[in-house]
Amino acid sequence: MENLVALLIFLPFLLALFPALISNEKVRGLTVYIGGAIIAVCAVVTAFFWFADGGTMVFDLPGTEMIDHIILAGDFVLMFIIIWLSVKHHKTVISLLSIVQTALVVWAEKFGPKVSAGAHIRLDWLSFIMILIIGIIGVAIGVYAVGYMRGYQEHHRDVKDRRRFFFSMIFLFYGAMFGLVTSMNIIWLYFFWEITSVCSFLLIGYTGTKEAVDNSFRALWMNLLGGLAIAVAIVYAIYMEGTLNLYDIIENGKNMGVLVPVAMFAFAALTKSAQFPFSGWLLGAMVAPTPSSALLHSATMVKAGVYMLLRLSIAMNGNYVGQMVYIIGGFTFFAASLLAISQSDGKKVLAYSTISNLGLIAACAGVGFEETAWAAIFLIIFHAVSKSMLFQCVGAIENTTGSRDIEDMQGLAVRFPKLAFILMVGIAGMFLAPFGMLVSKWAALKAFVNAPSTLMVLFIVFGSSTTMFYWTKWFAKILGLHEKRGKDLTQMNEYISMYFHAALLILLCVSFPFLSKHVIEPLMVDMYGVSGAVITDGNIAIMVIMICAIFVVPCINYLLTKKVKDKPVIVYMGGANVGDNKNFIDSSGEEKELTVSNWYMTEWFGEKKIFRPSVAFGTLILVVFLCVIIGGAL
Amino acid sequence: MVEALWGRIGMMAAYAVFAPLIGGLLDGIDRKISARMQGRRGPCILQPFYDVAKLTKKQLLSVNKFQLLMVMSYLFFVMLSGALFFGGCDMLLCFFSLSTAAMFLILASTSTHSPFSTIGSHREMVQMMSYEPMVLLTAVGFYLATGTFRVMDVIRTDIPVIAYAPGFFVGFAFVLTIKFRKSPFDLSTTHHAHQEVVKGVTTEMVGIEYATTTVAEWYENVFLLGVVGLFFVTSNPWSYLVAALAVFAVYFIEILIDNTSARVKWQLMLKLAWGVTLVTGGLNLFILELI
Repeated sequence: MENLVALLIFLPFLLALFPALISNEKVRGLTVYIGGAIIAVCAVVTAFFWFADGGTMVFDLPGTEMIDHIILAGDFVLMFIIIWLSVKHHKTVISLLSIVQTALVVWAEKFGPKVSAGAHIRLDWLSFIMILIIGIIGVAIGVYAVGYMRGYQEHHRDVKDRRRFFFSMIFLFYGAMFGLVTSMNIIWLYFFWEITSVCSFLLIGYTGTKEAVDNSFRALWMNLLGGLAIAVAIVYAIYMEGTLNLYDIIENGKNMGVLVPVAMFAFAALTKSAQFPFSGWLLGAMVAPTPSSALLHSATMVKAGVYMLLRLSIAMNGNYVGQMVYIIGGFTFFAASLLAISQSDGKKVLAYSTISNLGLIAACAGVGFEETAWAAIFLIIFHAVSKSMLFQCVGAIENTTGSRDIEDMQGLAVRFPKLAFILMVGIAGMFLAPFGMLVSKWAALKAFVNAPSTLMVLFIVFGSSTTMFYWTKWFAKILGLHEKRGKDLTQMNEYISMYFHAALLILLCVSFPFLSKHVIEPLMVDMYGVSGAVITDGNIAIMVIMICAIFVVPCINYLLTKKVKDKPVIVYMGGANVGDNKNFIDSSGEEKELTVSNWYMTEWFGEKKIFRPSVAFGTLILVVFLCVIIGGAL
Repeated sequence: MVEALWGRIGMMAAYAVFAPLIGGLLDGIDRKISARMQGRRGPCILQPFYDVAKLTKKQLLSVNKFQLLMVMSYLFFVMLSGALFFGGCDMLLCFFSLSTAAMFLILASTSTHSPFSTIGSHREMVQMMSYEPMVLLTAVGFYLATGTFRVMDVIRTDIPVIAYAPGFFVGFAFVLTIKFRKSPFDLSTTHHAHQEVVKGVTTEMVGIEYATTTVAEWYENVFLLGVVGLFFVTSNPWSYLVAALAVFAVYFIEILIDNTSARVKWQLMLKLAWGVTLVTGGLNLFILELI
């Protein structure tokens, strides 16, 4: 097991070299496939062996001492990269953040009291789930990226071809994420955390335009702020608690009310999962090519944040840290879904919906009840699959039609049925009644009622109605009439990845009772020491019926209506329809094209109106609670 | 246990059979009362049934046959929500099923690419966004009053829910006007095809399609009025009479409002609905959580 986990964490770092060194496109593509396959197999095998053994495992990797040294050196390497790039782009101030936190960590580790973390690695149910998500969804995105980036470079001749760099970053990301979800030593955790920050920074700046560089630095400073918080937590843990073990910190937070390090970790997690006031970086991350968005939004990066929150959730139940997290999370859920209404750019809607969903997960983790944790884990799983799929699909649509604007997706079901099918499954996975999202929302609502928190219940009910609005109008757009048929430029490997996601999503839905019983409930026992069915069997049965109904009923109705005789007629346009349903005769007797458009209500929900106040509100909550928590500890 | 299960299945079957009859009758009564309020004689109470019967016999003129399929799915999910409710299941599940149904209606309407039904369906979406929070909150209200979301357990309470949740009741009754698409919130469609968006959502629905939609609406109305009644039901059998009276009172008030108000813009509707939700539902929620 030790060797397997060591392989899982460090092999991706090694594999990252291959795409970086190989300049031949075909061979590089092949190495990405093979490397990805090896990583996925490693992840599944690790998960399998762990599952076969069962129970929490705590152990050290072979050569831990050497790894300790490498990680220390790695901290400095990361710091120098940041200093170099920020000086190069005239943003020297940002490097200060990195210098301060590296200095803090190194100083505390080298000159502080000697403390040990016990072992360095811990595997439990939550790591098991995360390893599978990273290994399967993450690698599928890598596969998709090979084809996508080929098309991307053909379409964007002005962008310098840095695909070698791009793919090695993706592999680094895998390694860092595996390390992050298995580390129990917080110095290791900090190192992997910083790698994800730097990797995402580099990925966002891929195109090298001014916008990309600005956005990448915004992502960098926000995430470094989180890193700084972890550095503070490390110093505090070493000096005040005498431990480097994340689980000791959580235990102390839960049993003895030592909240400062818990609050610092929670703060870092909020930055990484792009909650208000830190949502800006994830929106800016859109400038990068689509696979990197898919990676940041679904399997990695933001999931690191919510993973951390879930870890902390038992220490957040019923205290100020928990309140801070769930108020910010609940607010983000609502505010981001409002903002999504006003967007017509497909990727931007997806970005806001990610932020919004992460808000719900954060809120669930912050409340810290079993039911909410249960819901949060389902949300993480379903969100990873559907969001990865949706990003890939919007990327493919953009490569094919030249636009990712939702208005241009009119009648996609007729024009590109395959792409439309993927898009519909993805959207359904995000919000339809029997699927994951609403199931989880339901549990969340139930738990918040028990919490009790009026504010949270209100955030959830309003947030779920606005979520419904922006998804439904997108869904409706795809189904409209259209006759133009273009050529589908989507590459084979992109389809393989997308179909794989669709199949996985449907499988997850159908196996949902099984998942709940055999994966999530043991996890609950793991975390809370008690087991209890969160949802009764009767309700699970009804939900399975509903899941089936949503697929089966339209199909049955299709068969039923197939034989029905109808007389085709033209659309009613007050008698002014030219006859082709697409043009009408205007008041001067000339033909005009008819366009129908979705509602965006920018005057009500536009970014100009809502974004800044939301950031202000988020900041206010953060500052007030951090003052209270730190003040309470002094 | 087995008997209880059969009882519940019986209730579901009864809903499936009788709900359209009751819904149709209520529709007829609505038309009659509205007519009297306007100083007309009004049609026979059974007129809605004749209308639907006639619709089913009409030739299907269709822009996109896809619409018929969607309308039928709409009917299915409305029936499912009602059946779950009268079968005593979890209330949140009922409401989620209802949202799914509403989505099918919107898909049916936009699939035609018709300008009028597109505007109608966007208005319908805004209507959904307006009433959804209060509908979900209502379920929460029942939970706080009785400790369960399951309808079969709610009806065993000794003190009617209304005693704990008057605010939720008022809020729910308010959004019911939006849900019924009655004036002043008849934005997406009305029973009168002379508005600026013709018949909005249902503009392109012909013959059997429109008949299906109408029947689905009857099912939906009976389900929603059932929720109104649930506020008054207790373990005492006589409470069902009170509940029935309350349902009629609410329905009458809806008709009265329909006949005495002019349509508002969506902005005002959204503001009013969310405002009322916050004030009635939110305040009631807060108070219940305090005690």
